[in-house]
Amino acid sequence: MLAKRAARTADGAPLGIRMRVNPVAKTVLQRLGFGLITLFVVSIIIFSAIAMLPGDFAKATLGQSATPETVAALQHEIGLDRPPIQRYFSWIGKMAQGDFGSSFASRTGYRRTVAEIIAPRLYNTMFLAVMTALVAVPLALGLGILAALYRNSWFDRLVNTVTLTTISFPEFFVAYMLAFLIISRDTFAGTQFAESLPVWLAVSINWTLNVVPKFPTLANINDQTPFWEHVWRAAMPSITLTLVIVAHMMRMTRAAIINMLSSPYIDMARLKGMRPMVIVLRHALPNAWAPIVTVVAFNLAYLIVGVVVVEVVFVYPGVGQLMVDAVKSRDVPVVQACALVFAATYILLNLIADIISIATNPRLLHPR
Amino acid sequence: MSESEYKLRIAQSLVGRGKVSRRDFIHLGVAAGLTVAAADQIFVTTARAQPQQGGFAKLGMAHGATTDSIDPAGYPDTFTQTAFSGAMSNSLTEVDAKGGIQPDLAESFESSNGAKTWVFKLRKGATFHNGKTVTADDVVTSMRYHMGADTKSAAKSLLEPVSDIKADGPETVVFTLHSGNADFPYIVSDYHFVIMPSVEGKADWASGARTGAFVLENFQPGVSAKLKRNPNYFKNGKPYLDEVEFIAITDLAARMAALSTGEVDYIGRADLKTLGMLKRNPKIEIIEITGYGHYTLPMNVTMAPFDNPDVRMAMKWAINRQEIADKIFLGHATVANDDPIAPAIKFYKNPQPQHSFDPEKARHYLKKAGMEKLKVDLSVADAAFAGAVDAAALIRETAAQCGIDVNVVREAEDAYWDNVWLKKPWCASYWSGRATADWMFTQAFAAESSWNESFWKNPRFNELLVKARAETDEAKRADMYGEMQQLTHDDGGSIVLVFNNFVSAKSKKLAHGDVAPNWENDGLKMAERWWTAEA
Repeated sequence: MLAKRAARTADGAPLGIRMRVNPVAKTVLQRLGFGLITLFVVSIIIFSAIAMLPGDFAKATLGQSATPETVAALQHEIGLDRPPIQRYFSWIGKMAQGDFGSSFASRTGYRRTVAEIIAPRLYNTMFLAVMTALVAVPLALGLGILAALYRNSWFDRLVNTVTLTTISFPEFFVAYMLAFLIISRDTFAGTQFAESLPVWLAVSINWTLNVVPKFPTLANINDQTPFWEHVWRAAMPSITLTLVIVAHMMRMTRAAIINMLSSPYIDMARLKGMRPMVIVLRHALPNAWAPIVTVVAFNLAYLIVGVVVVEVVFVYPGVGQLMVDAVKSRDVPVVQACALVFAATYILLNLIADIISIATNPRLLHPR
Repeated sequence: MSESEYKLRIAQSLVGRGKVSRRDFIHLGVAAGLTVAAADQIFVTTARAQPQQGGFAKLGMAHGATTDSIDPAGYPDTFTQTAFSGAMSNSLTEVDAKGGIQPDLAESFESSNGAKTWVFKLRKGATFHNGKTVTADDVVTSMRYHMGADTKSAAKSLLEPVSDIKADGPETVVFTLHSGNADFPYIVSDYHFVIMPSVEGKADWASGARTGAFVLENFQPGVSAKLKRNPNYFKNGKPYLDEVEFIAITDLAARMAALSTGEVDYIGRADLKTLGMLKRNPKIEIIEITGYGHYTLPMNVTMAPFDNPDVRMAMKWAINRQEIADKIFLGHATVANDDPIAPAIKFYKNPQPQHSFDPEKARHYLKKAGMEKLKVDLSVADAAFAGAVDAAALIRETAAQCGIDVNVVREAEDAYWDNVWLKKPWCASYWSGRATADWMFTQAFAAESSWNESFWKNPRFNELLVKARAETDEAKRADMYGEMQQLTHDDGGSIVLVFNNFVSAKSKKLAHGDVAPNWENDGLKMAERWWTAEA
């Protein structure tokens, strides 16, 4: 990922210099153009991948109770009896006009558009992503800056150890452990394990467990859930995701700043007698933004496209679960739309990361 | 009996109907000479044992997908079945907790003409949620929705024996069958055959107006469905709950956690591996019912080597069912005997001898088939039933001791029913069971059935099947079904491994009567039948 990013800036910058166009506008236009092509390719790949899977929507829905006649009737209704290429082009044609089409779960007189299926799920996913990012990004940057400032101290080591531990466990494990913690609040006192411990230890463990708020282990929310309850219900998935993504961003922040701290201009600042905190925030950080922002963008993209496991564990109705459901039932229009949303998310976030790295880098912003 | 004791008795019966508060009851109890604790105990037990009105239950279902809809042509799994059929709708009949058939939306039913004509009289005054009275036309339209060439209903084949349905006045529906079927009222109890209003001659399923105990309030496919009490429900006093919410929790661990933390009051399909931990929780009760569902290994009797009945017999003796029940299903299954009829079903007769693991007998039958050694493929995936792959591994071990080399072929879970079942010579399969012997045999063993998974066409069996169906003399039917069960046991191509238990768990906040075995979740009718217990 990093290597790729570096290459892109490397070929982006010289071009900008030669053509004397505002590099930000140029990058945006170029990327959007590439983005559209990427989306088109993604749609072809996804469509053919699903076409290659055994079974189709009619057979998947009817399962064991499928008879040839009912399968044929259902296939006809949702248009699966047409050749794949024809289906693809009629879909992409509508797509180009902004019509995501209808889910295969639609029936005559009961249309379920892909847009109305995806919209609430996408909102939920965005909600969780934003909520997590609001906590995780400042936390990671703060910890990273502090770790760089006090590098090789006990604080640096502690932060590194803890974040590396949480990132090393698979996310479902972290999720289940957190859920187990919540269950233990009520049940710990009665377990054999608690009885085998010395009383003071058992009591203090029990006390500690009860200090933890009783977060809901079931994050199932719907469109009628009030805002703050939504936040409350999404707490567990959000904590899990925070634990999973903080390490990456935090270590990149730390590394980027430490890298800068060895440059001559920092030595100069130090010789001028500036305080270490000021050196880091005013001199090192502005030049370290590019790699940090890239990693942040990468992690934000993960928060939107990669959280299906956490969604399943906490029964949070996000796009990830929707897409898995749709693949299982071969609901091609929904899978396609999800894939495009995911691809678009990646493209946009990377674009934003590039814009920020250009905007924060005077040499790229004002090419000579 | 003193006056206060007498009063206490009366109070006790009133508690059951929720008309006496706990405080008043304890007062009376103390006056009658009981301690406060004892009076409280009596109050709690009585209050629990008697259904009481009110309350809200959150029910965690083991299924649910974004493609779910309220269209009764589908209802693929327990989420849609329990919420949209069991809670929201009614069929003409229902299966009770003892496995008997009871009128539901019909008031009564009777047959004539050798069980070829069935007349259902509808309940008077039953209405749909939109206020419209249920008429015979609605019933005819609803049933026709599952019939005909262009139906997309998964239940189409169930109604194939029906030649005509017509309304006879506003409250009578007459079904005419191609041939007699004494168990026909069981067929119409199926969860697909819910009664919907007829709008311009078409079954209107999309409006969600049904006849059931609950009215749909909010449904988000794959997430949850919320229903509230139908105040005009035609069954007196039912339902007890004011509101139910069905929540799709497909992840096993999430389901267990949700019940443990009190997020839901009930979960279907509890995790057998961690059931012990759940049992330790004093607020939770486990419900275990031996249902009709069973796991089978159908052998295609039209393909070698299974076209030889002796080979089939050798296979039946080469499997250690007890070990599979104990190790794969952790004891939550009942060993079966190559007979698909569950012990709880009418006309069940255990065929003799009980097939068990016996290498001697297996070798004997193999020799009789003229073979020393045998090599067969067993195609499995956990899509057939959870644990199928592990069960196949155990079978390979026991069969090896009988000189049979079982090559376990692990198939893709996706489209298993499409590519493996009914295609491969030997595979794994699952039947959720049917409420009558006839229904089960007709679907999975009859010569002409498209789901005759072993392609078994025993002339005597098929002759008996038709005869027994139309026979109205119970004793004669019992004999015939007994013989048919013996035939499937001795000659049939389906190895019936075990009957699976429905293992679910609930918070003690919920109470219920006898739990029906015909489907999961109290015959899918838990919302209508259960109530909240005080305390």
